[in-house]
Amino acid sequence: MAVQVDEPVPSVLEETGPYDQDLERIEIELLLEGVYRHYGFDFRSYAYASIRRRLWKRIEAEGLATVSALQAVILHQPPMMERLLLDLSINVTAMFRDPTFYQAFRERVVPLLRTYPYIRIWHAGCATGEEVYSMAILLQEEGLYDRSRIYATDINEVVLQKSKEGIFPLDRMQEYTENYIAAGGKRAFSDYYTAKYGGALFNPSLTKNVVFSLHNLVTDRSFAEFNVILCRNVLIYFDKSLQARVHGLFYDSLATFGILVLGSKESLRFSPYEDHYEQINGPEKIFRKVR
Amino acid sequence: MTQFSIAVVGASWGGLAALSELVKGLPRDFPVPMAVVQHRSRHADNLLASLLQDLTPLRVVDVEDKEPIEPGTVYIAPANYHMLVDGGYFSLTTDPLVRFSRPSIDVTFTSAGDAYPGATLGVILTGANDDGSRGLRHIVNRGGKAIVQDPDSAESRTMPAAALQAVPEAQVVPLRDMAAHLVTLTGSKANSARKNAT
Repeated sequence: MAVQVDEPVPSVLEETGPYDQDLERIEIELLLEGVYRHYGFDFRSYAYASIRRRLWKRIEAEGLATVSALQAVILHQPPMMERLLLDLSINVTAMFRDPTFYQAFRERVVPLLRTYPYIRIWHAGCATGEEVYSMAILLQEEGLYDRSRIYATDINEVVLQKSKEGIFPLDRMQEYTENYIAAGGKRAFSDYYTAKYGGALFNPSLTKNVVFSLHNLVTDRSFAEFNVILCRNVLIYFDKSLQARVHGLFYDSLATFGILVLGSKESLRFSPYEDHYEQINGPEKIFRKVR
Repeated sequence: MTQFSIAVVGASWGGLAALSELVKGLPRDFPVPMAVVQHRSRHADNLLASLLQDLTPLRVVDVEDKEPIEPGTVYIAPANYHMLVDGGYFSLTTDPLVRFSRPSIDVTFTSAGDAYPGATLGVILTGANDDGSRGLRHIVNRGGKAIVQDPDSAESRTMPAAALQAVPEAQVVPLRDMAAHLVTLTGSKANSARKNAT
């Protein structure tokens, strides 16, 4: 197969002098400070390399040359801020992402949950809801759904609305079906959706006990006590100081012996709360609050 | 003292054998942290890290979010995440696939070039697609150094050939000489010892 390599994108910085790492950092911090003070969205403690990457994608999409140029547009044109908000706040996910996690949850966490009369679950940073529906399916199959309540929260109103609709792209269903089977699913995955509106509409019974709500992990407080908190691949977008703060929020929001679930490549090793949890046996990032 | 803060290595088809040969040749005191991006199945576990660990005295780590970047260590980008080089540590993202890949070599290389301008060493090995050429170009634009496996020594020549097209000034090194070449470039002690011996 012949491979085409596009002409290397000329560095925009060729037009603006040599690359100055420190100057770029100043520009990004000023932009985020402006966004916070003018619009109230606080991205100042997001992981620098990933926010930088997302900002540059927006800068290039708009045909701009510098972070400062983007700042002017963002501050003066509110629709551009909405676009940036989607760029910065959407975390991409999939149904039954990391199937081995769901399998471990069935085997190791479900037996604990069976001992509770009522189960409160917080899905923090639920994005477009794929993992909320996955957990609802799992709880239904384990016969726990009727005594569970899932609080699904996100910072972004647009994606939260999508979560509520429960329509996911049809072309992902093959991947999701494979994930579902690998995750120990007990039925035919297609039992849970109907092809509709050009997508896969998931059974509304899955959200009967789900409360969708806006919540900002950066600025908002704890709002209840939970038996399980799921926050997978959300904190990776935060820097270490903000991660520590959110871990404090989770710790305060978990009942004693409550379960904290992180993404498969997230760790408590670099957090001040490491000693307060024990990892449930196995490689999955399932922790139990022990002190 | 080495001028490099990080070496980033990208590989795809045929990468396991090439990485094994490379890692085997690195001395215990190899002074530069090495970050490896190898394309693989999104469900892959940390098998790659344990295979490589058997071949080297260096520490081989399957990267978790905010893993600190330290010398004496070979870092493996985990399956199904992009791995970004941030100041002093790695950040992971689940951002969309880039040119059909996650991890994407371009994403890691670009972030390394930005985090350590002028101090990044980029290495492209065997592979059957052209991931990595944009990232390698970026590293060089930021004052870093590019090395490409000689396509004739590659199990699949597509990726190194694409990298050479994007970065014609890259050094071309056959696989069997790659480790020694990196040792020379980074000025580790094993190299001076070897020089004295010959």
